[in-house]
Amino acid sequence: MTRTPAAVQAPLAGFTGADPAGVASGDHFMDGDFACAEGALAAGCRFIAGYPITPSTEVVEHFARRIPTIGGVFIQMEDEIAASIAIQGAVWAGHKSMTVTSGPGFSLMMEHIGLAAMAEVPCVFVDVQRGGPSTGLPTLPGQADVMQARWGSHGDYEIIAICPNSPQESFDFTIDAFNLAEQYRVPVMLMMDECVGHMHEKVTIPRPEDIKIFPRRWTKQAVGSYLPYKPEFDGWIPGMVKAGDGHFFHITGLTHDERGYPAMSVECQESLVRRLVDKIRLNADAICRCEEIGLEDAEIVLIAYGITSRVAYAAMEEARRRGLKVGLLRPIILWPFPERRIRELAEKVNTFVVAELNYGQLSLEVERCAAGKADTILIGHGGGTVHEPEAILEVLLRAAPDAIGRQGPRKRMSPLRAAPDAIDRQGPRKRMSPLRAAGKKR
Amino acid sequence: MDTPNKETTPGTSPAPRRVKPKLVVDWERCKGCGFCVEFCPKEALDLSGDFNRKGYHPPVVDDAKCVGCNICELICPEFSIFCKDAEGAPARKGKEPKKTHLAEPLLRMDRMPHIWCPGCGIGTTVNCFTVALSQCGIPREKIGLVSGIGCTGRVAGYVNLDSFHTTHGRAIPFATGLALGNPDMKVVVYSGDGDLTAIGGNHFIHAARRNMNLTVILVNNFIYGMTGGQTAPTTPIDAKSSTSPYGASEPPFNLAHLAETCGATYVARWTALHTRQLTRAMQEALNKKGFSFIEIIAPCPTLFLRLNKLGDGLSMMRFFRDNSEIQNGADTRSVAIPYQGKIVLGKFVDKEEPTWLDRMNNQMSKALGTRHVPYGAPKKEGEAKS
Repeated sequence: MTRTPAAVQAPLAGFTGADPAGVASGDHFMDGDFACAEGALAAGCRFIAGYPITPSTEVVEHFARRIPTIGGVFIQMEDEIAASIAIQGAVWAGHKSMTVTSGPGFSLMMEHIGLAAMAEVPCVFVDVQRGGPSTGLPTLPGQADVMQARWGSHGDYEIIAICPNSPQESFDFTIDAFNLAEQYRVPVMLMMDECVGHMHEKVTIPRPEDIKIFPRRWTKQAVGSYLPYKPEFDGWIPGMVKAGDGHFFHITGLTHDERGYPAMSVECQESLVRRLVDKIRLNADAICRCEEIGLEDAEIVLIAYGITSRVAYAAMEEARRRGLKVGLLRPIILWPFPERRIRELAEKVNTFVVAELNYGQLSLEVERCAAGKADTILIGHGGGTVHEPEAILEVLLRAAPDAIGRQGPRKRMSPLRAAPDAIDRQGPRKRMSPLRAAGKKR
Repeated sequence: MDTPNKETTPGTSPAPRRVKPKLVVDWERCKGCGFCVEFCPKEALDLSGDFNRKGYHPPVVDDAKCVGCNICELICPEFSIFCKDAEGAPARKGKEPKKTHLAEPLLRMDRMPHIWCPGCGIGTTVNCFTVALSQCGIPREKIGLVSGIGCTGRVAGYVNLDSFHTTHGRAIPFATGLALGNPDMKVVVYSGDGDLTAIGGNHFIHAARRNMNLTVILVNNFIYGMTGGQTAPTTPIDAKSSTSPYGASEPPFNLAHLAETCGATYVARWTALHTRQLTRAMQEALNKKGFSFIEIIAPCPTLFLRLNKLGDGLSMMRFFRDNSEIQNGADTRSVAIPYQGKIVLGKFVDKEEPTWLDRMNNQMSKALGTRHVPYGAPKKEGEAKS
């Protein structure tokens, strides 16, 4: 069983070391929220605007404690709407900036995720996910904001979302989030969950020179002739400036041309939105990152992310002990979705089993990419705690090829797609059973 | 003719013994609102009988009567009438001869004509703002302008500054981030009454409470203009709007009082007619450290005036002339604006208080002593780009 580590992307040219002022090098025992704040400081973030919400608040509390001795700003705004746009003002003033929230606050931030995508503002949104909908379970975990992170704001746009499963990753991936935001000029979501946020583990913070920082892509255009939305880097990415340097630039959330001026035309909409979407979609292979364990001989691929991936790992080990060929795929970057990898695997494996703390979000993507070539079984969960490994194991056992052989080919269908048949046979009371069964028996 | 523009701003008043400037009309920019004709103190202007290409009657000048006071230039919302330095006039100290409208060097003229209706007062306020900008002594690159959404929200697109057209109601929190992100800058929020005090009301009161270093210029036309004339938090009781077809019944905000009670350190109110006073207020606000607030009452001919059968933009400007009363230092509790009643104008509040950043730095150094790294000190050369 081989394990490809959750390696940071191959270093790109242009990375620099971190500003030592923000780096608390050494070994620490801290929770994911604190680690996220330390990651932001190490990444060079000197501006956080936030609003308190459980279970994310420790991030800003830690930042507020640390920042006055480093030099920067923490401001507690009047609400999440304000926080999510104040950070964008700070970006245009030259800062790296971030805001932190959880479910209900994340909902309030949606409009400004759209603004950041439209105006191409490199910034980081941290969502420490809790059980929802609405006020839901403030102190307990969930993973039901995954689709919201992708589609929550109106209109067509692309973002990047990263999902850590430990405090160490919370530190590392916060730095990666800033790097990706700068590289692609998109808002980047760090999709923690309450368990990762509040779990204390060892976190090793490297020396500043060993931290890779992707610096802001400042424009190469001259003062006086600057076009804010003329692609300058990689054929996609416009160069940044900061206010106060005499460029006299204009930024708007309206559809705009290269000058940044509003342009209410179909042509302009097409070229702008196409570029916003393509700069991520066409670079998806370079951005996507997965951890893969034991996939080389796998017939069943267990897919899980965040805290669920740690539970899934236990289930996978037990399944392997019982002779099942199960591998684990953990998407680290949830968005863009590792589409190509799922398509490749669908050619080779029989079944994808997706465990997530919601009733089917990333599993929809898996099923879409499997495109009927392999089955997709969801192990849904409403959140509030994590799955029992036994519940996952049970589904793995049922999904194993010999079990399928006994049940006949019709049973290979995913419970989601098999539902119509099940209704016919079992009557309306059992409609939801294939999904619920896994949860109830745990 | 009697106009309230009795005060003059130092620096803009005509110098004695000069060659009289020539008044020029940009024929095609004019939308025929008639402000220049009505408020010319020398009655030197009249509307032409001819049409321009848009179908409006631009003004014609009687050069013999014109004294070059430039009231028309300041009040023209279309930037279409201006004083040009006469040939052979003595050079003004350190200045190029004036050949264009005073606002032009500070506007993005490639975006003209602007979207505002004939008789709208927003263009007039932009004139005053450009004069205040050029006279406030702050370098242009150190001024940022942030707007929300709406008619006034379009100002950001027209002024040639670092400018940001943000989301509806959120200009103030964006400006908060910008001003804290670069404390060397003076950040101005320029937006409408609905944007800043309905959807953005929470941000308005909190920025005032914090004494954030922002200048907020609010153009109050008593209604939502861009979306078609709906009731705003400023619509007076009895006034009609498209969502209050039988007259509004909610009490409106007294914005000057709201700003003062929340902690604003500078509060003034003028109308689009009071161009000289407004210009001076804007200049004072730009040089004020802390939360400064200027409310400008302006006509919305297409919606507020039409729905209430109150005539056109010019009728409203006449109403401002006849029904406004300057009471500098007035108690803001007494300056609520009744429907078609007296409008109290003036500078109501002007005091010194530490800004959010001053207070934050003081608090941190008090608590942390030498461990505190003060924020907002001028940056070393090249630091931000390293």
